[in-house]
Amino acid sequence: MTEATAAAAVAEPVSTTDPMVARAIDLVWREAELLDRADYVRWNELFTGDGLYVVPIDPDTDDFENTLNMVYDDARMRELRVGRMTEGYAIAAVDAARTVRTVSRFVPDSVSGTEVVLRSAQVLIAYKRRRHDIWAADLTHRVRLSADGPAGDRIARKVVRLVDSEDAVPAAGFLL
Amino acid sequence: MNQYSDDTAPADLVAGDHVAGRLYTDPDIFEREMTAIFESTWVWVAHESELATPGSFKSTHVGRQPVIVTRDRKNNLHTMLNRCRHRGASVCEKPQGRANGFTCPYHAWSYGLDGTLRGIPYPDGYEGVVEKRELSLRKLRTESYGGMVFATLDEDVEPLADFLGDAKLWIDRFMKQGGGYPIKVLGKHQFRFKGNWKIQLENTTDGYHFPIVHRSWMASVDAETADMMSFMTDPEAITHDLGHGHSVMQMVPGHADLDVDDGSEPLQGRFDELAAELAKSFSDAEVRRLLRAMHGTGFNLNLFPNVAMSSAFFRVLRPVAVDETVIEHIAIGPDGPSELDPLNRERLRIHEHFQGPFGFGTPDDAEGWDRVQRGARAEPAMPILVNRGSAREKTSAEGWPTSHVTDETGMRAAYNQWKRMMRDD
Ligand code: FES
Ligand SMILES: [Fe+2]
Repeated sequence: MTEATAAAAVAEPVSTTDPMVARAIDLVWREAELLDRADYVRWNELFTGDGLYVVPIDPDTDDFENTLNMVYDDARMRELRVGRMTEGYAIAAVDAARTVRTVSRFVPDSVSGTEVVLRSAQVLIAYKRRRHDIWAADLTHRVRLSADGPAGDRIARKVVRLVDSEDAVPAAGFLL
Repeated sequence: MNQYSDDTAPADLVAGDHVAGRLYTDPDIFEREMTAIFESTWVWVAHESELATPGSFKSTHVGRQPVIVTRDRKNNLHTMLNRCRHRGASVCEKPQGRANGFTCPYHAWSYGLDGTLRGIPYPDGYEGVVEKRELSLRKLRTESYGGMVFATLDEDVEPLADFLGDAKLWIDRFMKQGGGYPIKVLGKHQFRFKGNWKIQLENTTDGYHFPIVHRSWMASVDAETADMMSFMTDPEAITHDLGHGHSVMQMVPGHADLDVDDGSEPLQGRFDELAAELAKSFSDAEVRRLLRAMHGTGFNLNLFPNVAMSSAFFRVLRPVAVDETVIEHIAIGPDGPSELDPLNRERLRIHEHFQGPFGFGTPDDAEGWDRVQRGARAEPAMPILVNRGSAREKTSAEGWPTSHVTDETGMRAAYNQWKRMMRDD
């Protein structure tokens, strides 16, 4: 490969200061705070009606439908999950770890007038009963931008790839 | 109440219907369990579908010892310690895959799929020092029944078929959920909890906790599924002690033998769409047979010490430390033509709904177990009660001690086996 073709193959990187990307990052951070506050009802409102929330096990697959995942939620399952997290019957959720998560290392994957696909890193510390657990993950958000402005921006797809997804992790009373 | 002194022999800490709390907390007891139980009996290592073709392997553990399970070119299954015979390095760090053999990364001693030492680099230094044929990977006896593969470090232990005994009948029944096809592994969840392995061992035969701990799951499923699991007051729902520490808990007795079907039971409405899809490729009778088995069989079969065949999945426990255990929830489904894919997708979704670290069931179980481990530290000499239903236990026609599904018959069965194996003689 000549230098010229190699250069042509590399797309111009999109800056995180791109206004569309900045809106997507704002949404991801709002989402992260809602999860740390266990405000699951408002968290769920951030998703589109056809939105998917996935925590896969297999690090190499995008075919979530045909593989076993830790979480594979469409709107119906998310609704049930929010019910579980908030209704007070689930002893794991009632006594859940407190979490603080940092989302950073944003890299825009693609940007159009209506949609941003954003990759990022999430480091989450979960504290419960004198133990701090670390949960590290790569995130991908597909954010649908609203013509009406940032308040209408929604998550069409969120994929959380834990670095240890193929290993044993603690059973959790919170969401990633 | 303090009926166990510090020098009570471990086997005497178990007395039929109660056990000392120290069984969960004492590191010395845990060490002894690793040798007297996990290195002295049959331990489940794989389902045959995980080793479907020659050259496939899986790494796992027998007790705390890391092992590799392989299928060689002649189709024989082997289990070997994952430890190089030179200076002890692990020879395989992949969870599963395909290989021609294993080469140690340290000095490149290479081993065949059956563990035979094949090659030593720069062998001149070993001339007159070692015999290659004496340095195979350490092999474990490996036997299987009904697709379930077990290994043991004890060369002299009874044959697997004898150890399983009356549990074999229930293994046969369990496999009928393939609906005419063999069973294959579809994927697995793994999670760890800070508690003793026996807390999980008890739990797979604990019908009593179900509507309480799993109220959140019950609230999230369709009425028919919730109704199916409403066994608390069903007198037909019973648990049998099958001997050798094994037991079977029948939550849905009508699904104990899936071949028995008088046609009166309606199929669950939630599967209507799937039924229509399957009807394009399968006869009505085949569709009915497959869909009646969507939630698996109507029982949990608990095999001492480390595997439960639990409704529609395998639950495998691995002791890590006295207060740490790793659990696998292995999803299964029929192994057949691609027209079954929609059905296996639905089975995956059902599995995800309850199981795994973010399921609607497992985290609540794990919270309960965490609480047992924490609570049991308060006066570990006090007894843990496993006496529920002991006064209403009867012997079934087959000769199995039997009581209601919410009773602790299965736990008593497991602890009796524990006691036999932990005796000093
Ligand atoms: S430790 Fe394996 S070859 Fe040396
Ligand atoms: Fe449970």
